[in-house]
Amino acid sequence: MKQVLDEVRGQLGGLIGKIWEEPGNRLCVLADKKSVVPVVRSLIEKLGMRFVFLFATDERKILGAFLIHYVFLRQAEGVFVTVKTEVRENDPVFPSVTPYVPQANWQEREIQDLFGLVAGGHPDPRRLVFHEDWPGSLHPLRKDFALPENLPRTGREYVFDRVEGDGVFEIPVGPVHAGIIEPGHFRFSSAGESILKLEIRHFYKHKGIEKLGEGKSPEDLILLAERVSGDNSLSHATACAQALESLSGLEIPPRARFIRVVLLELERLYNHVSDISGIALDVGFGFGAGQLTRIKEYLMRLNERVTGSRFLRSAVVPGGVRKDLSVSGKIFLADETKKIKKDFDEVIQIFWNVNSLVDRIRSTGVIKREVAEALAGVGPVARASGIDRDLRRDLSYAAYGNLLFMVPVFTEGDVESRMRVRIQEVHESFKLIHEALELMPEGAFRTDQKPLMPGRNALGCVESPRGECFHWIMTDGEGKITRWKIHSPSFVNWPLIEHAVLENIVPDFPLINKSMNLSYSGNDR
Amino acid sequence: MFRILRKNIRVGRVTIPVPETGKPEEKSLGIPEIEAGKCTGCGKCAEICPVTALPLSDKSAEDRRELLLCRGACVACGLCGPACPHDAIVFKNGDAAKLKKELADSFSFKLSEAMRDPSFVIPSKRTASKNEPLSGGSPGGVGPGEVLPDDFERKLAEKIRKIFARSLHIREVDTGSCNACESEIAGLSNPVYDAERFGIHFVASPRHADMLLVTGPVSRQMELALLKTYQAVPSPKLVVACGSCAISGGVFGGSYAVLGGVDRVIPVDVYVPGCPPSPEAILKGIFLALDK
Repeated sequence: MKQVLDEVRGQLGGLIGKIWEEPGNRLCVLADKKSVVPVVRSLIEKLGMRFVFLFATDERKILGAFLIHYVFLRQAEGVFVTVKTEVRENDPVFPSVTPYVPQANWQEREIQDLFGLVAGGHPDPRRLVFHEDWPGSLHPLRKDFALPENLPRTGREYVFDRVEGDGVFEIPVGPVHAGIIEPGHFRFSSAGESILKLEIRHFYKHKGIEKLGEGKSPEDLILLAERVSGDNSLSHATACAQALESLSGLEIPPRARFIRVVLLELERLYNHVSDISGIALDVGFGFGAGQLTRIKEYLMRLNERVTGSRFLRSAVVPGGVRKDLSVSGKIFLADETKKIKKDFDEVIQIFWNVNSLVDRIRSTGVIKREVAEALAGVGPVARASGIDRDLRRDLSYAAYGNLLFMVPVFTEGDVESRMRVRIQEVHESFKLIHEALELMPEGAFRTDQKPLMPGRNALGCVESPRGECFHWIMTDGEGKITRWKIHSPSFVNWPLIEHAVLENIVPDFPLINKSMNLSYSGNDR
Repeated sequence: MFRILRKNIRVGRVTIPVPETGKPEEKSLGIPEIEAGKCTGCGKCAEICPVTALPLSDKSAEDRRELLLCRGACVACGLCGPACPHDAIVFKNGDAAKLKKELADSFSFKLSEAMRDPSFVIPSKRTASKNEPLSGGSPGGVGPGEVLPDDFERKLAEKIRKIFARSLHIREVDTGSCNACESEIAGLSNPVYDAERFGIHFVASPRHADMLLVTGPVSRQMELALLKTYQAVPSPKLVVACGSCAISGGVFGGSYAVLGGVDRVIPVDVYVPGCPPSPEAILKGIFLALDK
């Protein structure tokens, strides 16, 4: 921490204002609006930090300005560095960092829609979260926002980027898709079969969850967090609980940490098995799809036996977990996972002998390492493109620091690599569950709740089955939740698909989409 | 090839006979029910309920107060159970599909009947029209704990043939759900539930569909898409609202970007409570819609 502080001060001395430490290994730096771009660039280029996400808060009541927070992670020390800059209401333009940090693209456009601030110099300042029929003067995350009784629809049309030329045509897909999946719009420009350009337009499912969370009690907030992305319920709930715990100064008991690991890995298991079965289904490999959906069903029933919910909902509470694992429960869980692992292995061994499967997935939908790095891909998608990044190992939350596991990394970046990453992670998850069950200490499984401390903020992070998931929570002067930022892995990974499909044929799109398995709900929030 | 065969033989048949309603996993959290004898009307559960599924009838006199439980809003979070100082709330299984009217009127909860917003008790347009209960089954579907009769499959197939000529084609529409409902609906096609054996198919286009299965609260930006999809379905058509969000808006009610339940936009025939409803419950909801 000290070392990072010295480095930051030494490198940026003249550019920054106040610099201070915050609980949870976080360093905060205040920078002037004009010097934000050079500060952001030198943190990345000179100090080797990784840009994670950015968001805004409305602090006009206290500071008389909006604050924009740029969050960086220094991997080696596990230290977060947050650069904060003030933006006044009468001068709502903030400098866009997108030209230097491409991954900020959507995040800055989100701030434009939700806060009514303007990203000056943004290469693509179109609407993102709100569609064209949302009145331009309404910005719901401003504190003085009031929902008018009759919200008018303004009736403008979104303009897609066009590709023109002989034989180029457009294929619109969505928002209601052919399969049982979530809504979103895809606009392909193609010549013949191959895709020249894909533009995605999402946020059909925008539900204003971040706003709904304001003023909620910790229990209710976790309930909402579980519904950010249904199949990643537990990851979101755990990230949210971590932030709430650090806001009320709670230290969760060691036993709860191990139980959380078991549950988080159970979630990863059923998600990964489901994704692999989806890939098998999309290439028409009925045996694989059928067998793996059966195994997924068994895993979900196991979830229900352990926590009472097939989606592991209501399992995590601030201060620990809701239910303890009994001795017989532990034995049952160990036995069942052993059986399911054997079952899974038998099915997967057959996979690699099926030529029609391997033909379709090899060298399909390649995401090059450079693309994944520039757009800061996360999770299995990034690990399939050669980026070695996993918060379980890098920040070792819950009890991951006490456990031994591998982080599989593949370098091809195609559908096959993404599938192989998931298969290996399934194996690691089985191992982790057994390890955690064995090393689980006796003792309490939850601590009593304490009220949230006023005027604080905290960050929770979890490596969900889809990748890094962050929850940032701020309290006001009375200890009430006044801002809740959800940074979901899908929000980061969606833009990658526009690159993954290039020069592939249109019929391979569902396969590529499935191999990335992105949540529309987590993205739209 | 032989390995596939061997594995298939080794796994054997996994499909559950007919939806085993009322017999879900024994450890499931389930849906809360209030035991009339133990409840004193203190209201501790109503205070903690995050979706106001437990409204109080009268807040002044504690001993004369009635507690209402609204299944359509309940997300089965389990917060009310431990909050009750008298252990009067038990969690039971059986998230059976009910008409919205039934959800409001004939809920098994003894203390009182459940009620919610005004729209909750307005019967949908279709409810009044043709109403022919499944012969052999109890009217309005199968209650929790009941096992479906043996000839259920045959009768269901007959019913489908009568209404839709051959089989039931369903178009699933997500209008803003968290994707848990999608996961469960997709699960209907797995070998364990295998909805295809009842002649139930999920189709790609609303123009091929007889029924819309809608999940999620209707978000503002999905309203038009839902309406257009509904219009594209040829008549006669059925609509099933799946999950607490689709019934009342669920945990997302009151947001600037959410309109509320599905029936704010299109008429609904059957409501399936749960967050998310189990695959069995969704199947039952589909069967119930055919009963009308």
